[in-house]
Order: sequence, then C-alpha cells, then structure tokens
Amino acid sequence: MEKKGTYRVKSGLAEMLKGGVIMDVTTAEQAKIAETAGAVAVMALERVPADIRAQGGVARMANPSKVQEIMAAVTIPVMAKVRIGHFVEAQILQSLGVDYIDESEVLTPADPDYHVNKWGFTVPFICGARNLGEACRRLAEGAAMIRTKGEPGTGNVVEAVRHMRIMNEQIRGVLAAPEEELMTMAKDLGAPYQMLLAIREQGRLPVVNFAAGGIATPADAAMMMQLGCDGIFVGSGVFKSGDPAERARAIVEATTHFEDAAKIASVSAGLGEAMSGIAIEEIPEHQMMQTRGK
Amino acid sequence: MIVGILALQGAVREHVASLNRLGIESRVVKAEKDLKGLSGLILPGGESTAISLLANEVFLNRLTELAGNGFPMFGTCAGMILLASGIEGRDSGYTGAIEITVARNASGRQVDSFETVLDIEGIGKNVPAVFIRAPYIISHGPNVRPMASHQGWLVMARQENVLVASFHPELTEDTRVHEYFIEMVKETGN
Repeated sequence: MEKKGTYRVKSGLAEMLKGGVIMDVTTAEQAKIAETAGAVAVMALERVPADIRAQGGVARMANPSKVQEIMAAVTIPVMAKVRIGHFVEAQILQSLGVDYIDESEVLTPADPDYHVNKWGFTVPFICGARNLGEACRRLAEGAAMIRTKGEPGTGNVVEAVRHMRIMNEQIRGVLAAPEEELMTMAKDLGAPYQMLLAIREQGRLPVVNFAAGGIATPADAAMMMQLGCDGIFVGSGVFKSGDPAERARAIVEATTHFEDAAKIASVSAGLGEAMSGIAIEEIPEHQMMQTRGK
Repeated sequence: MIVGILALQGAVREHVASLNRLGIESRVVKAEKDLKGLSGLILPGGESTAISLLANEVFLNRLTELAGNGFPMFGTCAGMILLASGIEGRDSGYTGAIEITVARNASGRQVDSFETVLDIEGIGKNVPAVFIRAPYIISHGPNVRPMASHQGWLVMARQENVLVASFHPELTEDTRVHEYFIEMVKETGN
C-alpha cells in the first residue's frame, strides 16, 4: 500500500534539498543554467522579485505554460509561487504536478487575512517567516518547509540575517524555558503551543529552514549557512547579475563549503558585477514585501 | 568504528541520527581527504545532479577505487545513483561501484512520492520506506543480489561491500536497514 502526501513525504523532500541552492528562473533556458550550475531546485516565476519591485502592479502565479515549459526543461524539482491565500492558484499548480508550492509574499497577497489551508494538498508548501511565531503559524497551517522572508529583490542580505537571528534566538528561548513558561511564550510569540512542544521535542525547528530574500553573493550564502540555515534561495541575485552561470556555480560551491573561507575566496574571485541592490531605508513602507501575511 | 557520511548536499543529519540511535560514531565527508580513518561510507539522499557536480572527478574516482578494494558503502536515493554503473539518459556523474543501471525520478514527481512498508531479504518484514522522487534499478549485473522490490521494481540490492536503496530508511525511526549496513562494515573487519 502506498501513502502519498503524508507529512513525512512532504517534509522529506525538503530534507533532501538541505545544503543546496534553489534559484529563481523565468525561462527554460535559465532553468537549464541553474541545473547545470548545481541548483537543487528551481523556482518558476513570471518575473524575478527585483523586476516585480521595479515594475509594480499586481504580481500573480506564473502562467501554467511558463511553469510547464520549465518543468519540461530540467530534471531537478520545480517549485512555483502562489499569492498568499490564493488556494485556487495552489490547486492549479498541484494539478500541473509542481514539486513544491511557495505561498509567497513576493507576489501580491490575494487574501488580506488568511493563508492557504495547506493540509488539504498532496503537494508540499513552503512559506516565508520573519520570526518563530510566523514560522509556527505556517507550520500549523500545514507548511512542510520554512524560509526567512528577508526583503526580496533588494540584493541586500540584512533582512535575511535579521530574520535568521531572530528565529535562532527565539528557538533558543523555547528550548531553555522552564515548562510552565511555555504557554505565555506561545501567546507572546503568536505561536501555537503544540508547535513549541514539537520544537522542544526535536531540539530545533521541526522542518527545514532555508535563507531567502536578498542573497546576492557567495559570501552572503556562506554567512547564512554559518548562521545555521539549512540551504539557500537566490532570487534576483543570479539572473540580475553580470554573469549568471558563473555566479550560480560560485554560490552553490560557497553553500556546500560554507566554512572554508579559502574556497569561498577562490569561487568569488573574478566574478563580475553583483546585482546593484537597494538600501532597506530607501524602500517606502508600503513597498516592503516582508510585512505581507499574518 | 567511525562511519563517514557524504555531506556535499542532502539528508546528512538524518543518517547521523540513525547511526546515533545505534551508538555508532559518524563524521561528515566533504572532500577526499576526509575519507581517511573511516570504516565505511554512507551516501545520502539529495539531488543527484547537484551532488555529482560538487563531487569532482578525482573524488568520484577515489570512491570507485575504494569500492573495488572492499570498502563498505551504502547509498540511499541520490546516493544509489552515485554508486550505480549506469544512469538512464546520462553518461557521467556515477562511480560504477555496483553493477546496476538506474532510472532517475522513476517514481514520478513529488505529488507521486509515497511511503510504504517493504519485506527486505536479509533484513525483515514491514520495514517502513519513504520514496521521494525515487530512482529505481532497471537492470543489474550477475553479482548483484536483489533484496527488495516494490510493484515489480527493484528498490534495494547489494553487491558484496556495496549496498543501495531507492528509498529513505533514515527518514524513519526504524534502524534495521542501518543495522544491516553496520554488520557489513563489521564483516570487513575495519
């Protein structure tokens, strides 16, 4: 007897992606470049976050033909994004057979209050989080993988670092607290109590946690790995740079050998221009992506 | 005894945890130099294309050599692909440590990934097995001993000191498959 879509099968794929790099791609050609460079998966998109940010308008799920074109081009897993709360976009992506759905703040939210109930799907979901409360709420909704939100499309790693440090600090707090403090901690964090119990049982977040949002260089990727994330998403950082194939390969190498500074130096040497990037202070409040979602 | 776990990418900590449950010390392996002093090597699941790119040719050749010298190795999923002697539709990125040809992603995309239980020859009945975008063994040489199949597909096999599985015993609490590998390591006297 085969059981499909169990939580172990969903979170299991994320476990297999650990130590790897997942790259945003908008064409079959880019997907092949990513695969050849050693990406463990690609994220199929209509526009990369930097372009969404620059062009404005409503950002939606990629056209199914775009997703299928990318799925046909590579043998590594293909992920695709849906708007927060847009369960029909998720149903469509599941019917196409994508390997993971990212319910993402990069796209314009479809529901002002609620995320997708992810338990009803066979395909696994990943969601972004800025802190432990947000991560635990998404897990309780059925997400099987978490990533930092960072600030997408900026080429600026500072928000991803902030989110990873907050998450780590809060997990340490949950692990160290006497049991009677847990309920108040759950209330203060906005985290379901049961999720905190799961964290204590496993000694860590019960699923894989990747870094995302602003990673643009091999050093950024290695820094996030040293801060304790399980793997890396590179959004605009690869295909908005001067030399996508080389940069993609360098980020993959830096992610694997994240503790080997000499190796990171050698893969970084001679790389062309990184994407130019944006200071977070220059982004108007209403254009921040990380504050989307509850 | 120290068992190495190839840690270029993939489900490394799950194998560490399985070995911990058996009281076996493990060490991560990222380069050829890390292979020194090990009694055996586990090649974990992950993305086989990424792992074979990260393992350079020198490293893959060294693994082929070690397998030929009787060094015990156990590959799960992507690890099995790395140990194979042929991959359908591809002509590099494997070591030939075991005479099998594999088809990648043979169980389909993620929506078709599944868990089940297997009866494994030499290990036992009802062993929980998680298949994630799993490769299947589509042909094998005369020295390969089939150990388990699922719906007609060969999913676990052994050739002397090399053990391979399409599935992920390390994602379950059941340690019987790892115990079997540790017995193989002990038999070599390393």
